[in-house]
Amino acid sequence: MLRPRTDRTGQGRLLRLTLSSLLLLILLPLASCRQESRVERATREKILLLGNGAEPKALDPHLVSSVGDANILRALFEGLVINHPESDTLHEPGVAERWEPNADFSEWRFFLRTNAKWSNGDPVTAHDFTYAYHRILHPEMAAPYASMLYFLKNAEAFNRGEIKDFAEVGVKAVGDHELVCTLDNPAPFFPDVVKHTTWLPVHRGTIEKFGKMTDNYTEWQKPGNHVGNGPFQLAEWRINAHVKARPNPHYWDAANVKLKGIDFYPIESPFTEEKAFRNGLIHLSYSMPESLIESYRKQENSPLRIETYNGSYFYRCNVTQSPTDNADFRRALAWAIDREVIVKYVTRGGQTPAYAFTPPSEEGYHPPQVVGYDLEKARDYLKKAGYTSGKDVPEFVIIINTLEAHKNIAMAIQDMWKKNLGIEKVRIENQEWKVYQQTVLDMRYDVARAGWIGDYVDPQTFLGMWVTKDSNNNTGWSNADYDRLLRESSRLSDPAARLAKLAEAEAVLLDGMPVLPLYWYTRVYLLHPDVRNWHPLLLDNHPYKHIGLVPSEKGGPQ
Amino acid sequence: METARFLLSRFAQSLFALLCIVTITFFLARLAPGGPFLDEKKIPEHLVEQMKRNYGFDKPLPVQYATYLGRLARGDLGPSLGNKGFTVNEVIAEGFPVSFMLGICGLVIALAIGIPAGVFAAAKRNTIVDYALMALAMIGICLPTFVIAPLLGEIFALELGWFDVALWQNSSAWILGSVTLGLYYSAYIARLTRGSMLDVLSQDFIRTAKAKGVPPLAVLFKHAFRGGITPVVAFLGPALAGLIGGSFVVETVFGLPGLGQHFIKAATNRDYWLINGTVTVFAVLILVMNFLVDVLQAWLDPRTRAAR
Repeated sequence: MLRPRTDRTGQGRLLRLTLSSLLLLILLPLASCRQESRVERATREKILLLGNGAEPKALDPHLVSSVGDANILRALFEGLVINHPESDTLHEPGVAERWEPNADFSEWRFFLRTNAKWSNGDPVTAHDFTYAYHRILHPEMAAPYASMLYFLKNAEAFNRGEIKDFAEVGVKAVGDHELVCTLDNPAPFFPDVVKHTTWLPVHRGTIEKFGKMTDNYTEWQKPGNHVGNGPFQLAEWRINAHVKARPNPHYWDAANVKLKGIDFYPIESPFTEEKAFRNGLIHLSYSMPESLIESYRKQENSPLRIETYNGSYFYRCNVTQSPTDNADFRRALAWAIDREVIVKYVTRGGQTPAYAFTPPSEEGYHPPQVVGYDLEKARDYLKKAGYTSGKDVPEFVIIINTLEAHKNIAMAIQDMWKKNLGIEKVRIENQEWKVYQQTVLDMRYDVARAGWIGDYVDPQTFLGMWVTKDSNNNTGWSNADYDRLLRESSRLSDPAARLAKLAEAEAVLLDGMPVLPLYWYTRVYLLHPDVRNWHPLLLDNHPYKHIGLVPSEKGGPQ
Repeated sequence: METARFLLSRFAQSLFALLCIVTITFFLARLAPGGPFLDEKKIPEHLVEQMKRNYGFDKPLPVQYATYLGRLARGDLGPSLGNKGFTVNEVIAEGFPVSFMLGICGLVIALAIGIPAGVFAAAKRNTIVDYALMALAMIGICLPTFVIAPLLGEIFALELGWFDVALWQNSSAWILGSVTLGLYYSAYIARLTRGSMLDVLSQDFIRTAKAKGVPPLAVLFKHAFRGGITPVVAFLGPALAGLIGGSFVVETVFGLPGLGQHFIKAATNRDYWLINGTVTVFAVLILVMNFLVDVLQAWLDPRTRAAR
């Protein structure tokens, strides 16, 4: 008798609970019928809601490599020099108040401010930097981006394990507030380099509280444990959901930080991001579907932003096998591509047609004009390569990683080569991302799609990879003159002479044509009008402490 | 006694199946070209070597396999190579509740729509109602989730403003996700229910009941329903497992942090331990579901019980 009754009441309660929660489900969204959108509320609370592409790989500056990771690290840490909100070539003092090079730019002294603090209140000293550089360069750490520190004397040898004593590496703390970097070669652009996330300091006490210096997997990155020295500190981290940064009360310049927090959302699909933006869920998107660019362009007060980005889209040619081993043949291919058509009708994101590999920069690097679109020349080169007509060219393959955009570009180029040169046997082959990378690495390709994003604003980050046997070369191309010019440029301390030398090297590269430059990247994204002081930047590294949120007058998106 | 032996043999079978799945996954993942340490910007060779040493990938495969099984037996799924700083256990523990909620709500919606539709269509066999319902179900099956999901988002979030279109925390987007999943499965369930209800309705005991003057509704729900629902129950196991593990599209469209994304991302990142971990969890889920369904079916249908 007892059992059925308890059963029934239990069922009743369950039923009531289900019903009421169902009702709640239906009513909740209706009841909260959005007088204020999430973005509006966040603006009022001064929390920046940011679409950030993919889930961060890590929040340890020594383990990451992607742009999205760096976006978060810039909130949680502060390097010696930080990005200027309006220009890529200007510098803002970070932990270093000022810095000075020696006469030939091969030794840099950074003078650290005395009031810089970690988020736990500890002072930031020069030793924190030497500790961080020791850690990232330590062979056992196997930090994927350690090579960014190879500027320092003996850094590469230490990273390879050829030198055991870190004292031999070119970085020294002089007292608590002076850091001296001794470089292998003059680098007038060194302050640009140290803005990169690989040069951030880490807090020794925190790292060693949770493991050895070189442990990759410890709990120190987790909220509650994480200690940084940036304007914000880590508050929450849910995988694939969000990373939340809240003000670091100990930050030396806390009075000038305008935001009360940043929420990073790892939304991978650009379509979802665009909808989230339209729905008032984020202030800023990471990217934007190409197919919607046109309709956003037509809007009044459009939130669409199209800005030049420090990257180059190109095709690699394998110079070790026929038919792409013939330089004249590669030149013919390069001269027969109408890049204007590609950016105008295929990519449609405001990209700049590239007639050189390195994007031009405001600091005064002008890539040489060697390539162009000229069918007469293209056909001449094809003849020089030994083909009377394009029909005689043996079959070759363009390898792309699977993505609609890459396929469309490849198809356009295939068509141009056919129409302009009569080359009929060009195949396009899709490969999954990692398979494609392995294929390129093993050089089992004829022509392969590629992209390169510069780590800092200097042609060195683009041209360095084409040196003989560089691990990113992967074309088999090798030119003694090129190698020599690059070596010579690295010894020049006069910035203008250095850039001229690099341009000379690039001319050699473009004459040899192991790469077919196609276009220079743009970043296409959506920006809410409430966001203040967000200026176009070539590297897209925005210093968050300058960013503000102010409710805009009506007439934003929607 | 019979039951205990049945349960035990089913358990042993499941365990064996699990071992096979784990083994095949382990070796298949390693066969895929490329690797976890391959990046667009090449990592210097000496560092790749060190990374392999750090993760034990330098040892021969059989040794790695043995250590993996040992760890697995202790419930340790290893570190994630793509989410550095998290173990696979943590990654799954974060994603599972999201997927579970999506899946359960999706299933409830699927059943709430699918079963009445199926029963109704069977009762009104070969009428316009039947045709209309089954046509709708066919459309539901043919329309892939990647069409329905954005459509629901566009209408109910962006146009009507009833829900949020994306995100997880303090967001109602997951409801749209559940509805997408529910609609898709409800179409299957409707067709399944209709078919088996028709089977049952044509049987003698139904005719007898009707002849005795039992009201049509009572025939339908009291006599036919219990038998008619059995295939649906059999379908529930795989359906729930599929709902929980296979919501990749829904998660992507609505930006939800569930398990489904990890299946795909782990594979593209060659995140070996996460591949193995997600597959293992999914396999366990399917095995458990099937086991529960067997038990439930036996309870629903006395004949299967007797046969054992």
